[in-house]
Amino acid sequence: MWDYSEKVKEHFFNPRNVGVVRDANATGEVGSISCGDALRLTLKVDPESGVIQEAGFQTFGCGSAVASSSVLTEMIIGLTLDEAERINNDDIANALGGLPPEKMHCSVMGHEALQAAIANYRGEVWKDDHEEGALICKCFAIDAVKIEQTIRDHGLRTVQDVTGYTKAGGGCSTCHEGIEELLTRVLSEKGEAFDPENHATEASASAKSAGLPPMNIRAMAMGE
Amino acid sequence: MKPIYMDNNATTCVDPRVVETMLPFLTEQFGNPSSMHRFGDQVGRALKRAREQVQSLLGAEHASEVIFTSCGTESDSTAILSAVRAQPQRREIITTEVEHPAVLNVCEQLEKEGYTIHRLGVDGQGRLDLAHYREVLSDQVAVASIMWANNETGTLFPVESMAEMARAKGVMFHTDAVQAVGKLPIDLKYTCIDMLSLSGHKLHAPKGVGVLYVRRGLRFRPLLRGGHQERGRRAGTENVPGIIALGRAAELALTHMDDERRRVRVLRDRLETGLLEQIPHAFVTGDVDNRLPNTLNIAFEYIEGESILLMLNQQGIAASSGSACTSGSLEPSHVMRAMGIPYTAAHGSVRFSLSRFNTQEEVDRVIQVMPDIVARLRKLSPYWGEDGPVEDPEQAFAPAYA
Ligand SMILES: Cc1ncc(COP(=O)(O)O)c(C=O)c1O
Ligand code: FES
Repeated sequence: MWDYSEKVKEHFFNPRNVGVVRDANATGEVGSISCGDALRLTLKVDPESGVIQEAGFQTFGCGSAVASSSVLTEMIIGLTLDEAERINNDDIANALGGLPPEKMHCSVMGHEALQAAIANYRGEVWKDDHEEGALICKCFAIDAVKIEQTIRDHGLRTVQDVTGYTKAGGGCSTCHEGIEELLTRVLSEKGEAFDPENHATEASASAKSAGLPPMNIRAMAMGE
Repeated sequence: MKPIYMDNNATTCVDPRVVETMLPFLTEQFGNPSSMHRFGDQVGRALKRAREQVQSLLGAEHASEVIFTSCGTESDSTAILSAVRAQPQRREIITTEVEHPAVLNVCEQLEKEGYTIHRLGVDGQGRLDLAHYREVLSDQVAVASIMWANNETGTLFPVESMAEMARAKGVMFHTDAVQAVGKLPIDLKYTCIDMLSLSGHKLHAPKGVGVLYVRRGLRFRPLLRGGHQERGRRAGTENVPGIIALGRAAELALTHMDDERRRVRVLRDRLETGLLEQIPHAFVTGDVDNRLPNTLNIAFEYIEGESILLMLNQQGIAASSGSACTSGSLEPSHVMRAMGIPYTAAHGSVRFSLSRFNTQEEVDRVIQVMPDIVARLRKLSPYWGEDGPVEDPEQAFAPAYA
């Protein structure tokens, strides 16, 4: 059972602003039916003031997907589009009293639906630039795609590197096997082998030279 | 209101008679069965009896074919790794796409180490591709590991005939019977099954105890080496209270077998009919005519399983789902995918699994609350219109980055 906050449960069992807004002039449809979460957000925006007068949602998804959609509609009604645009996924999760790491993507979906709807209103085409992978690090809610990308972009070679750049692996450390597998996969693309004895690249080395032993990097990453 | 438990394929309640039998072994009978004094002596006798009780349930020829382990997962790992280590020249394994992770993940690891894994697929009803099986059976195969009953749909596989086919080709045969034991009559001495896994907590014994059956004479390599417990096949001081409990649970399973196959089946069928009659756009998954008597897996289209479970939970009803969200994974259950169930249905699959402790009143209560839950969630769904699915749902709602 997920450890859902009272706020999540409250929004799930009593969702606000369900359905399609009548005379909507902005629509955002995002999500992935293969992953089991998808959301249609419709808005009625006052063309004069740019204020969101009404918002409605339809969601196929789990408890936190429904709750994220519901709370999002509450947050944006009455805001101007420019104000609404500044809402990010952490704001949505915070409004719900937090989400389990496995469920953070539900708040991301809410954020993207909002962006898509705003783009739709402005006659732009919203382009999703995020791709979601399997969740690797639960402590920091970091998925495989993000880790692989970072390994590639920065030529990382050790678990310590990955922790330095993404935080993944900096908490309970139980995801290190998964991170090693990603390193093995990405390095093999370049014809290199992952060597657990590799020395950390600069980023984590510089953290070290700043007098921070690996344990302290972890503690910092955990916010302790 | 008394909670209603219909998640018995996940785990079962410990039968009060089992608790009663095991309790003395947590208190005065605390001895180590290996000890040379009276504290150990009585415990040793009780273990012997438990082994015989499991032997009877399985229809094993010898009590010594029963090895106590810590769980079904350990039994599965032990079986597969033993077959591999005992026959290092054989570098292939046969299994199915719909096994429990206790088998799948061991195979996946062996694949990384260079083994070839043949994963048999299933059709839309969850039935195995036996032609493929016949094709890949060869003297390169270390073990065929095929589950007896699928935990999600209850679908039964023809393991007895598959074991015969394996024997004819000189291939070891293991079955994960964690869901089958206690729900179906089993008589191993008349089969060609070489190894079988079971788990205590699925048949009203506590968690943390399981069994691996290993046919006498089969080449075997232990997973845990150490002391001489279990004749050196599974070292480590025995989980005495757990083993005694499992023995008693096995005995009770035998006496309740008919009830399980008749009364529980009738309850399950009543639930199935009741739900299908009242809820449109719902269908049963798996091999309907050939499944465990206690299991009902229904896909409710256009809604998502975790949401259903949360609402059921609010009504005091416990079930489970094959949706991605319930497990925190990115995909719906591998079993639903292997059967080719569309995503809009796979995510909405709910498993009700009954036991001898369920009643007709409970079944009727689920039938009573379920239609409203489904209707409420469909009202939220972008695939659902006023009074039914929107026209051409997958076209009408096609979100970005699907
Ligand atoms: C088919 C199957 N195999 C193996 C297991 C694992 O058993 P245990 O929980 O005892 O490790 C389960 C339990 O979920 C199961 O359903
Ligand atoms: S799961 Fe990655 S550090 Fe805890």
